[in-house]
Amino acid sequence: MSTAVLNQDTRAVGRGRPGVRWTLTPGSGVALGVAMTWFSLLVLIPLAAIVATAGSDGWQGYVDTLTNPQSWAAIWLTVTQSLLVTAVNVVMGTLIAWVLVRDRFWGKRLLDLVIDIPFAMPTIVAGLVLLGLYGPKSPLAINVSNTKASITLALAFVTLPFIVRTVQPVLAELDADVEEAAASLGASQLTILRRVVLPSIIPAVAAGAALSFARAISEYGSLVLLSGLLPYKTEVVSVRVLSFIEGGDKTSAAALATLMLAVALVVIVALDVIQRRMGRRG
Amino acid sequence: MVRLSPPIKWAVRLVVIGYVFLLVGWPLITLVQKAFAGGLDNFQAAFSDPDVTHALLVTIEISIWAVIINTVFGVTMAVLLVRHEFPGRRAVSALIDLPMSVSPVVIGLALLLVYSGRYGWFGPTLEAHGIVVIFNSPGMIMATCFVALPLVVREVVPVLEEVGDDQEQAARSLGANAIQVLRRITMPAIKWAVVYGVVLSLARSLGEFGALKIVSGNLTGLTQTAPLVVEQKYNNFAQGEAYAVSFILVAISVLCILVVSLLRPKESHS
Amino acid sequence: MKRTRVFALTAAACVVPAVLAGCAASNADPSDDSSLSIVGFSVLKTANEPVIAAFGKTAAGKGVTFTTSYGASGDQSRAVAGGLHADEVHLSLSPDVQSLVDAGLVSKNWDQNTTHGILTESEVVFLVRKGNPLGIKSWDDLVKPGVKVITPNPASSGSAKWNILAAWAHAREGAGGSDATAKTFVTKLLHNAVALPGSGSDALASFVAGNGDVLLAYENDSIQAVAAGDDVQYVVPNDTLLIQNPAAITTDAGPKAKDFLDFQLSKAGQTLYAQAGFRPVIGGVTTTVKGANDPSDPFPPVAQQYTIDKDFGGWEQANSEFFDDKTGIITKIISGLNLGS
Repeated sequence: MSTAVLNQDTRAVGRGRPGVRWTLTPGSGVALGVAMTWFSLLVLIPLAAIVATAGSDGWQGYVDTLTNPQSWAAIWLTVTQSLLVTAVNVVMGTLIAWVLVRDRFWGKRLLDLVIDIPFAMPTIVAGLVLLGLYGPKSPLAINVSNTKASITLALAFVTLPFIVRTVQPVLAELDADVEEAAASLGASQLTILRRVVLPSIIPAVAAGAALSFARAISEYGSLVLLSGLLPYKTEVVSVRVLSFIEGGDKTSAAALATLMLAVALVVIVALDVIQRRMGRRG
Repeated sequence: MVRLSPPIKWAVRLVVIGYVFLLVGWPLITLVQKAFAGGLDNFQAAFSDPDVTHALLVTIEISIWAVIINTVFGVTMAVLLVRHEFPGRRAVSALIDLPMSVSPVVIGLALLLVYSGRYGWFGPTLEAHGIVVIFNSPGMIMATCFVALPLVVREVVPVLEEVGDDQEQAARSLGANAIQVLRRITMPAIKWAVVYGVVLSLARSLGEFGALKIVSGNLTGLTQTAPLVVEQKYNNFAQGEAYAVSFILVAISVLCILVVSLLRPKESHS
Repeated sequence: MKRTRVFALTAAACVVPAVLAGCAASNADPSDDSSLSIVGFSVLKTANEPVIAAFGKTAAGKGVTFTTSYGASGDQSRAVAGGLHADEVHLSLSPDVQSLVDAGLVSKNWDQNTTHGILTESEVVFLVRKGNPLGIKSWDDLVKPGVKVITPNPASSGSAKWNILAAWAHAREGAGGSDATAKTFVTKLLHNAVALPGSGSDALASFVAGNGDVLLAYENDSIQAVAAGDDVQYVVPNDTLLIQNPAAITTDAGPKAKDFLDFQLSKAGQTLYAQAGFRPVIGGVTTTVKGANDPSDPFPPVAQQYTIDKDFGGWEQANSEFFDDKTGIITKIISGLNLGS
């Protein structure tokens, strides 16, 4: 119980490193047990039910669902659009967090207030408003309705808060000392950014990016009105799942859902690996 | 301290403000215009409908419960994941993000498969003991927890990692027990991360629509939530009221962030 | 942070009794004689309110309390199958009731009454911009090159099936028509689709926002849209499909359910539904309908009326022939559309 397990390089304890990790004490063990029980009842068991339903027709049913060209087009569209939007968010989200924490200008508080709104707005209203502004009756004559660009727009809307809000607390917590020290040693602004600030916020960016990707692949409500849900063009996976359910085919719906879970896991793990690699350099 | 040169600083500001305005600001202004079209008519019509007021109350109740549960779970898991070692730690960390990737239709289906009173894995047994999950508050709270689950965890973990544990180690070596370390060192360090997590969770919970549509049964005046009443108003040609209720939901979330930013001490740097 | 936590906990503590009260109410005791639970499709909310109020004024309806739930027909049917308590279900199309029969919640002879289980009716119509700039009058106008059509996707919306089958019937029953010409016609129609939203309401919202030239819609929705002041008008083609919305009483329904259904089918009830845009299913109902093309003659008979039973051999056959998600004719047309190219 008193043996601490060292997970990271001890030289770097305290600066962007978790440092020493403790094995479980009885107290933390119970906490873990309760938390995991809740997690199982809420997430693991229901998702297991999905996977079980997917397999109820055996392997062939699985393969049939996934080789359906319309479903495949939907999967491809959903994943590529989500990756695109996540990339956009990595850049814009970090910039926005930077401005919110480090910049000072009149109206900054207003910017801060507006960031979470995509979450609170019911998706049907979000879709309606976006359709009004960027659809056929757009005051700016920008009409993206029923095109792939509309999907990017809607997804960018609903995933805006993620990276901003994960990076904000970390940026705020950053100790200015290290940056001052680097500056006094003659490091240029760019070098300080690259070697001091960036490695500290990479974990937060990766965390936010995982959330952003996950949210994007599951989005449905705000896309409905804006994208037209045209097969092979703007039809996302959620629509295919809904179609299977409407047709009484729970097995195919579950098979498609299971595939998307696997895709999400792959991206989440990949981001975790990237975060560890990049966090160790510099 | 990184000091950006003025042209770069202005360029970044412009890009950020422009992006947020075009993506969120302008849609928000449009929402406000539509909600307040004709003055307060839409609000009067909406609030004279008891279904609307009840739906708003239901949404707030469910959201508060979900936020509390998610915050406790989130802080616990974050501390366990970052400061402790246990078998399967990396797996759990990856799985925590998973709920956010599940489409609302699938969430509804998954919860029904397990908790439905007619054909679920646990549902019939639970109902035999008087615990009704689906089409009732517990199921609605669960669905809301599901969609916002990773938010507090993902806010707190990066901060915990950034802050490091030298202070905690020092405290332990001075004889503090685990609870004291948690309360006096860890919690204050992650305070703002938790607050942002709470605010995000609340906003997400208020706006949840798809999964609740399936799990709540959409019973007018009983389990119908505000986003569901927005859809119903829209489908029944009462657009003005739909916008009015949406405005209220957005306003609640904005109010929370406003309270947070007012409570926050002025930044020392910048 | 501590402050917010304390505040949240106090708020929650005040709210717990309310939540528990909600718990108690949301699963109404089925054996409670004077409460009825109605599960219906989404547009019924406005239509049912006056009907429920009028029922309350009758002797049979005095003191009866109502619980209602409205949503997409398929969602509602699945909810009831999943345990949502209902005394009466009023859905968009019969297959959604049939799945409840299969689940043992509705008796097999639910449709053995004077109207064969149907409670409200409507027609498939064309919704166009005010003034009808493209002069759309018949089905053939919809497949002309460059005409932008919106129709909900029959795969994700049960009620979208009415639209597609109406188009099929037109092509097949027309001069020189056959299954082959129908298939060509529907393919051309779907090629003209600029959007295939997931539901009738979404399709209407998309159309009103400016997408497309014509929307395949339901007459009752169109009447409501015109009455609500939207910038649209509707055209009833010479030949179209009759939309029939069924209503059924569940096996464990309370005694008042039958009284309510009788009221809905009575002249008083049907008049109220007519005012919401639905065609009456009994004779002798005359009323003015706001939003109709001619409010004093709101429901002119359709010259050539197709029905599912007469022209498609009933819903079970129509569903498996056209919409089976592996072998359905329409499913295959849509999956072969490749609108991305």
